[in-house]
Amino acid sequence: MNLSRKWLNEFVTVTASDKEFAEAMTLSGSKVELTHDLGEEISNVVVGRLLSMERHPDSDHMWICQVDAGQAEPIQIVTGAWNIHPGDLMPVALHKSTLPGGVKIQKGKLRGVVSNGMFCGLSELGLDERDFPYAAIVPAAILNDYHPLDKDKPSIPADVQPGHKIYGPVVAAKVLECARQPDGSFHTCLDLGGATAAPDTVCPNLHEGDLVAYNTKSDSICTLEDLHAQQAEFPHCIPDGIFVLREDCKPGDDIKPIIGMDDHVVEFEITPNRPDCLSVIGLAREAAATFDAPLSLHQPVVKGGAEGSLAELLDVETPAADLCPRYTARMVRNVKIAPSPKWMRERLRAMGVRPINNIVDITNYVMLEYGQPMHAFDYRYVKGGKIIVRRAEEGEKLTTLDGKEHTLNANHLVIADEHRAVGLAGIMGGENSEIVADTTDVVFESACFDGTCIRKGALALGMRTEASAKFEKGLDPMNTLPAVERACELVELLGAGEVVDGTIDILNYVPHPRVLKLEPERINGLLGTDVAEDEMVSILKKLDFQVEGDQVTVPSWRADVIGMADLAEEVARFHGYNNIPSTLMRGQTTLGGFGEEETLERQLGSMCRAMGYDEIITYSFISPTCYDKINWPADYHRRNSLKILNPLGEDTSIMRTTTLPSMLEILTRNYNYRNQNVKLYEVGRVYQPGGKDGLALESKVLTLGAYGSDMDFYTMKGAVEAILEDLRAEDVTFRTGTGIPELVSYHPGRVAEVWAGSNCVGYFGQIHPLVAQNYGVDGELYCAELALGELANAKGADPEYVPLPKFPSVTRDIAVVCEEKITVGQLEDCIRSAGGKLIQQVSLFDIYRGKGVDEGKKSVAFNLVLRADDRSLTGEEADADVKKVLEALASQLGAVLR
Amino acid sequence: MKETLEQIRREALSALEHAQNAQELDALRVKYLGKKGELTAVLKQMGKLSAEERPVMGQLANEVRAALEGALDTRSKELEAKALEDRLKAEALDITVPGKAVKRGHRHPMYIALDEIKDIFIGMGFTVLDGPEVELAELNFDRLNAEEGHPSRDWSDTFYFDEDSRVMLRSQTSPMQVRAMDTMELPIRIIAPGRVYRKDEVDATHSPMFHQVEGMVIDKGVTMADLKGTLNTVVEQLYGKGTKTRFRPHHFPFTEPSCEMDVQCHKCGGVGCPTCKGEGWIELLGAGMIHPRVLEMSGIDPNVYSGWAFGIGLERTAMRRFKIADLRLIFENDVRFLEQF
Repeated sequence: MNLSRKWLNEFVTVTASDKEFAEAMTLSGSKVELTHDLGEEISNVVVGRLLSMERHPDSDHMWICQVDAGQAEPIQIVTGAWNIHPGDLMPVALHKSTLPGGVKIQKGKLRGVVSNGMFCGLSELGLDERDFPYAAIVPAAILNDYHPLDKDKPSIPADVQPGHKIYGPVVAAKVLECARQPDGSFHTCLDLGGATAAPDTVCPNLHEGDLVAYNTKSDSICTLEDLHAQQAEFPHCIPDGIFVLREDCKPGDDIKPIIGMDDHVVEFEITPNRPDCLSVIGLAREAAATFDAPLSLHQPVVKGGAEGSLAELLDVETPAADLCPRYTARMVRNVKIAPSPKWMRERLRAMGVRPINNIVDITNYVMLEYGQPMHAFDYRYVKGGKIIVRRAEEGEKLTTLDGKEHTLNANHLVIADEHRAVGLAGIMGGENSEIVADTTDVVFESACFDGTCIRKGALALGMRTEASAKFEKGLDPMNTLPAVERACELVELLGAGEVVDGTIDILNYVPHPRVLKLEPERINGLLGTDVAEDEMVSILKKLDFQVEGDQVTVPSWRADVIGMADLAEEVARFHGYNNIPSTLMRGQTTLGGFGEEETLERQLGSMCRAMGYDEIITYSFISPTCYDKINWPADYHRRNSLKILNPLGEDTSIMRTTTLPSMLEILTRNYNYRNQNVKLYEVGRVYQPGGKDGLALESKVLTLGAYGSDMDFYTMKGAVEAILEDLRAEDVTFRTGTGIPELVSYHPGRVAEVWAGSNCVGYFGQIHPLVAQNYGVDGELYCAELALGELANAKGADPEYVPLPKFPSVTRDIAVVCEEKITVGQLEDCIRSAGGKLIQQVSLFDIYRGKGVDEGKKSVAFNLVLRADDRSLTGEEADADVKKVLEALASQLGAVLR
Repeated sequence: MKETLEQIRREALSALEHAQNAQELDALRVKYLGKKGELTAVLKQMGKLSAEERPVMGQLANEVRAALEGALDTRSKELEAKALEDRLKAEALDITVPGKAVKRGHRHPMYIALDEIKDIFIGMGFTVLDGPEVELAELNFDRLNAEEGHPSRDWSDTFYFDEDSRVMLRSQTSPMQVRAMDTMELPIRIIAPGRVYRKDEVDATHSPMFHQVEGMVIDKGVTMADLKGTLNTVVEQLYGKGTKTRFRPHHFPFTEPSCEMDVQCHKCGGVGCPTCKGEGWIELLGAGMIHPRVLEMSGIDPNVYSGWAFGIGLERTAMRRFKIADLRLIFENDVRFLEQF
């Protein structure tokens, strides 16, 4: 919501600087986003009067002008503009001036002639023709400027003379005289080659000596359009030029107040509970309370008296009464559509609204001032003189003012005549009842519609408008009448038409003001303050609450105030949030801390980081194609994911049931960035359908991912083992081939399941080369997926001290040769079971294939540690055990001592 | 004989002093003190002396022996010390050669910021809660006083899983307030960090998934002054003692009165600069006194109990904490980014 401070000052005088104003309003609850001095970028631009002009000797299109800019001596300015004449007033950017867009003007030379500044057009001042409709330029086609498109076939001969026929009734003519009239048009005298003519014209680019095309039949000077000429044929006869002022001003005056650039605009972020502050009056009320200044509101007065009776002219029905709490309307006749006056255009522009014409501008002006959206219909198109506020029929069509056709349904509320819809209630008017140049009778609608209905309608049609944005927050039904009165008052003030007596006002609700009890102790109790009752009453009264005894009547526009806490907020806002003391909590002590799951997450995280893994955070939603990329079978049940019905895009459209694609995506990204030796982990959620109440079964997974020269299957296995060891998990085994479907994402020969007892905790291994290829990675990627719930189950008991060995141990190394298919695990198991309880430790230290070992076989070397708890073991005892081990290896696995 | 002894003493002491290593020293010991050494040879001639001379010469010979032995011992220790010194010198390293790399894993910067927040609140007796992200609209909206028709319920703002807009991705961590009220004993002091989802396109400051930390206190006699005091303490812990804050009125459906808390801009100290968009203050979090209707809906009598709640955006906190310029870095997970923290 933009606010013009000039407009604000009509209701409350606030002299604070923009910064002070912004701060005070923000702290009382109307958050200021930014402030803007409209004329900030314009400096040293004044009004100048053109004294004389002569053609530049070295240019075919420039003029050397002498200008009275309010200084002792006239100044010289060179311009390329053709629409000016001696006597004209215009904006002059003097030497060392600035213009919007950071433009700086300095004196200089133009083709050798000194120019001490620049005349400004509308756009150079940040304006357009809507701001100053009279500054629009319609250029005449000046024959001296004619440049044929085809040099060999000119439409007009180069040596054309006054009186020569150009075509039909059009002849060449020389301008003898050209004088500006008070209304901005020109009186001319033309030489037709003997005869003369004296047509009037609106074309401002004519000067004495110019050759023009004159239509003898219509007695007019031809424009480009009249000649069916293209712009390129008359390159300097353009609809642009200097802004010739028709304002009450004199040479030397600062341009900013003249063009309304002396205003300051404050941009507010208004919270949705305060639609009343989406208006100048609403903000004026807040400003008055904030600065403790009197608020002077204006009571609209309408003279009325136009011909006809409203009752006969207009009938309103509201069959959809539940969606239209109030409908108020008045009529204006003999409307003269014209631009609205400068002060109104300036205010609209300051608030960010483009001026259109007087009637439309009035509706916008009232919407900004009162916060009440208004609509104006052309009465001609309200067939049968009847307005019906109803739900749209299924499939009913309506083309709105923006030219878009909409197909409606019963959820939309329309304004209709007897036959058809003429507007989308609260959103936008229909094209079929638009105010146009020849509109004569106008119906002003000032209504209150149901917020939810308007919001949903606007959303469904994708056309959230200024009006719908206001309605959707729920407007004050009491505001419709003052707003329509104000609109009619403005019609009379602008002389835009005659107001018909009487008002149509349909109330479909029973207004009953809300009365609350003022409980100062409870308010202080909630705030932790000691605000006196008097101060509370004074604050509430400033905001137009009525207070009698302990009864507080809430104003109609404050639908957000429903209870004690709301009154407390009003008190707090103006007592000052920053004047509330700052105290520490009292009361019963509570024990803080983490839950079990988070404690586990933290333990896992620090273990991963200790092993060099960096933590990542990935999106919970993925693309359905991710399941293809990780090789899951088409009919695999875990593809069944929660689907977002309104996703941002396909890539983020389903809730992941696996974290693997997320990890692979991040590994790939780092791989593509050529980051070396990457190790990553995430404790992330997966979401399986089928939870309680239609929710998800959300569980967490610890995912590791890595690649690089220091990475292989056993390194990843070591990390997994370390994690389980850190958890003190017991009975941990690594298996393959139990038929877990998710393993399809992994290299079939380099993947292992992780079991703790009879529970599968997860799996790890090298990502299947085809899966890696799907991600565009040609190297080896390694991942581990461990379910957090299973890790929690696998967590072992707290450590208990075991006495340190009192007696020394004996170590023995053995190397056995066995078939390739025999696994290290089998050998280890065999050693342990054969070795008996003296074997404390079995550690693999070498696997050898090659010279000295037969083809298809391998040599596997272990280091055995043997120890007894009650005595020093002798070498003989150890050797006896090793012998048993070797016998067992040979008999059970065919592994013989090398 | 006396001369001989004096000569031996002179020569031997000088030779010992010049011995350069243990071998030389040992050779000198043998030469002078050994069984066939020079001093021993002199002593063997003692018998030839007169009875008067014998004790005098004996004493002198002993003195010479003692002197030689002492000098030998001293020189030996000197040489040992020198040898050690030489070895240490030879073993000296170029300490500017880099150490052997230990790859250290890094906590994600956002979780570093979260850990700091958690630690502060746990110290104040808060329990950390976790809850579902796929949530009922009833808990995310209705029970928080954002009834049917509230704009944040629109399909343009919130992700839904069913046509009835019943199941959604939570758009805030606030439904954890309701879950806590429904399941916990009073008084309640909780924080609930987690992921939240809104339909925002990805850019430098937006992401469809981001993180919040919810906090809530319910007890008898809890006031807005307590809210201010607690949050001020938190901010001082996070941003340093003496950090200035201010509270502005705001609106949330589930709190009344509601506020936003700003911290004074660290860059300009409140004068106004590009970081704070010229305001001198940076918005930190939203908070307020729990709306009486929200308490009522959870069966808590607002005439007996009151409470306050807050919600803070974690990404922005982390970005401010570590001066991270672009939100996308947080979810990009480039290790060159991650390993800076």
